[in-house]
Amino acid sequence: MFILIVGAGRVGSAIAKRSLEAGHEVSVLDSDPLSHERLDKDQSTSWEDAGGRFTVGAALEVDGLIAAGIEEADVFMAATRGDNTNLVIAQLAQRRFNVPRVVVRVADPARAAWYAEQGLLTICPTQQAIEQAEQVVLAP
Amino acid sequence: MYVIIAGAGKVGWNLARELISRDQEVTLIESDHRRYRIVEEELEHAVQYGDATELWVLERAGIQRADLVIAVTGDDEDNILICQVAKEKYGCERIVARVNNPRNLDHFKLLGIQPAVSATDLILRLIEHEVPEYGLVQLLALEEEHLEIIELEVGKGSPVAGRRVQDVLLPDGSLIISVLRDGSGFVPKADSVIQAGDQVMLILDPGLESEVTPRFAPSSAETPAGR
Repeated sequence: MFILIVGAGRVGSAIAKRSLEAGHEVSVLDSDPLSHERLDKDQSTSWEDAGGRFTVGAALEVDGLIAAGIEEADVFMAATRGDNTNLVIAQLAQRRFNVPRVVVRVADPARAAWYAEQGLLTICPTQQAIEQAEQVVLAP
Repeated sequence: MYVIIAGAGKVGWNLARELISRDQEVTLIESDHRRYRIVEEELEHAVQYGDATELWVLERAGIQRADLVIAVTGDDEDNILICQVAKEKYGCERIVARVNNPRNLDHFKLLGIQPAVSATDLILRLIEHEVPEYGLVQLLALEEEHLEIIELEVGKGSPVAGRRVQDVLLPDGSLIISVLRDGSGFVPKADSVIQAGDQVMLILDPGLESEVTPRFAPSSAETPAGR
């Protein structure tokens, strides 16, 4: 599979590395050139030597998304720091570029729930933290 | 009419002020606390502090009964999402969004956020209107209604120059609605004669520009070198 991940933060870079290890083709887009360091960290070879792609560009710029390979992507993951950016680019991936599987990270539980109802695959770290904390805090 | 405006920058604040002075009920939402305090001194309860992309903030402002939602923050993503939830989640039928970066206009269209207003585009249109060299000026595009209004300069030796309106061959779906000559305009009759140098306004179905424009272009012999 060809997987495009936008946002090389903690989540984005970790998923990118795992996907590459699992044998997939992986491309990462981030506006910050320094975010590349996270992809190299704790690896024996550089991200590119390991077969990964990295593009510097703004998430909302169509040119950057195309350069990063959105037109060929089988899976698209929006994992930038901003919920609003993630929700807009995820919908672009789905409706404009017809990417078959679109995953979007949304920190706000209320909108994660509503956009999930609208057909986006949303991941809400906040909701998961709440559920985990609930189990621990309210443990008998 | 109840109007919610997201973003109390220059545009949002002035819009709120105008609408309030016309006796409309307005709630302005601002996410920057310092800005909120400044605006609150004037608008008092009509401004609320919060991030308008969050559902509870919109609900607190009463989005369920809003007749119009205007998103004029400095972030295009925010404006898109505010209008999207206003329309699709809360059923608000009328929305207006501001486009900060004209390159994002396609994103607004793709997600059904209309009308989307870009100040840069508006100013560009005005410049084009002042600079006749551009030839074709798009004055108004009514996307939903599938109509647009354009302005063309009648070139010297063009196929329409010297012809009566009724003799001008135009494709179906296009119509001459106004002629500007020597600084004043008139609505032409069938026997009005179009002259070279006139500015002609046409209403047409989108996509007909390329068919219409050549009828008004100067004959190649008249085109100055280097244009």
